[in-house]
Amino acid sequence: MTDNLDKNRPTNEATDGPVNGATDGPVNGAADPGKIQDHFDLFTTDRYQELFANKRQYEGAHTAEKVAEVAEWTKSWEYREKNFERQSLTVNPAKACQPLGALFVASGFEGTLPYSHGSQGCVAYFRTHLTRNYKEPFQAVSSSMTEDAAVFGGLANMKLGLENAYELYKPKMIALCTTCMAEVIGDDLGAFVTTSKQEGHIPETLPVPYAHTPSFVGSHITGYDNMLKSILSTLTKDKKAENTNGKFNFNLGFDPYIGNIRELKRILGLFGIDYTILSDNSDTFDSPNTGEFKMYNGLTTLEDTANSINAEGTFFFQKYTTPKTQDYIAKDWEQKTYNFRPFGIKGTDEFLMNLSALTGKPIPLVLQQERGRAVDALTDSQAWIHGKRIALYGDPDHVFNLTQFLLEMGAEPVHIVVTNSNPDFESEIRELLTNSPYGQEATVWGKKDLWHLRSLMFTEPVDLLIGNSYGKYLWRDTGTPLVRIGYPIFDRHHMHRYATLGYQGAINQFNWIINTILDELDRNTIVPAKTDISFDLIR
Amino acid sequence: MRQIAFYGKGGIGKSTTSQNTLASMAEQGQRIMIVGCDPKADSTRLMLHSKAQTSVLQLAAELGAVEDVELDQVLQEGYRGVKCVESGGPEPGVGCAGRGIITAINFLEEEGAYEDLDFVSYDVLGDVVCGGFAMPIREGKAQEIYIVVSGEMMAMYAANNIARGVLKYAQSGGVRLGGLICNSRNTDREVELIEALANKLNTQMIHFVPRDNVVQHAELRRMTVNEYAPDSKQADEYAQLADKIINNKKLTVPTPITMDELEELMVDFGILDSDEKYQEALAAEEKVVAVV
Repeated sequence: MTDNLDKNRPTNEATDGPVNGATDGPVNGAADPGKIQDHFDLFTTDRYQELFANKRQYEGAHTAEKVAEVAEWTKSWEYREKNFERQSLTVNPAKACQPLGALFVASGFEGTLPYSHGSQGCVAYFRTHLTRNYKEPFQAVSSSMTEDAAVFGGLANMKLGLENAYELYKPKMIALCTTCMAEVIGDDLGAFVTTSKQEGHIPETLPVPYAHTPSFVGSHITGYDNMLKSILSTLTKDKKAENTNGKFNFNLGFDPYIGNIRELKRILGLFGIDYTILSDNSDTFDSPNTGEFKMYNGLTTLEDTANSINAEGTFFFQKYTTPKTQDYIAKDWEQKTYNFRPFGIKGTDEFLMNLSALTGKPIPLVLQQERGRAVDALTDSQAWIHGKRIALYGDPDHVFNLTQFLLEMGAEPVHIVVTNSNPDFESEIRELLTNSPYGQEATVWGKKDLWHLRSLMFTEPVDLLIGNSYGKYLWRDTGTPLVRIGYPIFDRHHMHRYATLGYQGAINQFNWIINTILDELDRNTIVPAKTDISFDLIR
Repeated sequence: MRQIAFYGKGGIGKSTTSQNTLASMAEQGQRIMIVGCDPKADSTRLMLHSKAQTSVLQLAAELGAVEDVELDQVLQEGYRGVKCVESGGPEPGVGCAGRGIITAINFLEEEGAYEDLDFVSYDVLGDVVCGGFAMPIREGKAQEIYIVVSGEMMAMYAANNIARGVLKYAQSGGVRLGGLICNSRNTDREVELIEALANKLNTQMIHFVPRDNVVQHAELRRMTVNEYAPDSKQADEYAQLADKIINNKKLTVPTPITMDELEELMVDFGILDSDEKYQEALAAEEKVVAVV
């Protein structure tokens, strides 16, 4: 051991070792220098506090008073008006980019390797994004495009990338999507794939669906749609049979709750309906830990997908996520397509009744009882949510389902922000709101971001905010309690395992919402001899 | 529906030749849409009798996003019912014109502009300089490429480059070279030269369009010859070309040549001196200098 190391090594007797704030006194330091402190304790120690204070003189920052003054101003109506005049700046948009949705949907197919044609950083971003939400590894590869690929086109990278990916990972299908760089230089994926096959880099028989997914167009739901359409058209080519196969296809759209896929499968099982889930990625994002690594966990087999063209019909649960795929199935497959929203009581009722009518199978007794329980549960706590003012944000369909559910409970949606909005969605949700006595106060803010929502929440406060993890900044600034429903949820665990779909899902969702309200009520009545007159044991 | 594209060196007369030809095709009853793929947005002016129509990208920039543009805002009907769209693009020196073409063509497809047509014609700027400029020849788009060329060295050089671009896409897709259109510059032995080039490229010189001032006269009035001087000899030339394109069966995979081969071709036709002669000339010059 060198002297140097020796000197720096903290010991129990050491009083001046630099590690772990060991030098600090007992007031605000680590009592036990051998104990490794987490950053949220470490940086509050005197040593770091002093360091931060010293550093300030070089930062040229405004005084704390000035910062507080401006922060206060950002809460005003005046600031809100300026904020909404904003044209060339987006702050915290409630959306992600196309390839994320493309990789998400591709991973639900059997033995499928999602492949992002672009530089490495892109695919690394999507992988971490998904991993942070699901706490699960996510496999995807890229063409590793660099400067020369940008100049000479990405064909060479694509050929080598496909060859390596196939050799190393033995996928049954490679699902290609693009990134900004490949799109700007105009790489022609169709020609690239054909060339790669002709030159023998990958077998002719390997299905390689591809989708153009520039990140600067649309959002993750656009990418989802493009990729799904491409996978379906690739796998169902020449598979149209004389007769239908008696099955129904189901697509859940960009739904982050893997519990929903499982719940849907349970419901269909109870009915006794033969089905294909088009992209069942429930195991991709929740694979069992058996001690053995399994690369591919997509549950929709390629054979079932190929056969999906012969189904009786296809159900879409997210109308605004999959318009192109739905149009393709209706026109090219000449198949019946249905849009339902099995969320909340009304939405689930509609879905089940229509499913029963279409298949001629009665609604199972179990589900009827579940409905009874869900209605019971909702009435138990309905008094606590009735009349509560709510702000919410997210993807169009996600927001629509939540809004419908909230209106059922007599909650009043006030600010509805949808960054990746579209005119059809806006008119549909406006109609929903107009037709409910609880929707009269609501405004739908299409194409707006979370910084807009911040202004809305300061000038017209609400009781509750519903959204993804990014809502925590609004929670911090405005003090409005946050219910985490959406994607991504990076800072709470296991939410994605639950269902929000069906009657069971309604109970789950309601559980999250109502108990957040009750938690907040406890917090607001916690001061002894002041507010604790209402600090009740029974709520 | 057939999709065709006109490529060629800048300033060779692509837009003029294509519009004049397409006007003739329309006269023969073909339903046509022109998609201008040039940031200058001048591929449809003779059809619309206007300086430049509002382009897809110009409007997209004004409205904030291409999704906000409606088809009828950018699709105009011109002479003889020819539908006209300009993709538009950035100012010279900024942005990415290639991406502009991709965006505009995607927009047209999504908006269903490709319905009820016999011909879609893309008029594409210059050589195939980047992937975006090759968008019109991707799988499922233009199947026939016509290269406008003249007897000038650089025009032929560009034509050869375009043939290379076509070859790239022909190997994996269905795009084919339909022929060279010689837009005469009155250079020496022009017909033979272009025919020889066509031969080398495994294609045909589909038509030789002679030089005629009536084209310029019509152009000054923002008209095609078909409209301005329908009985002129030049109008008849375009009619012949239109006819040849409509009935063209000779669609080939091109065989582009090297720069050396191209120079040899010019030497063979006495347009360029051979290397030996060039060296002799240089030597002679040096001698003169030495003497002085």
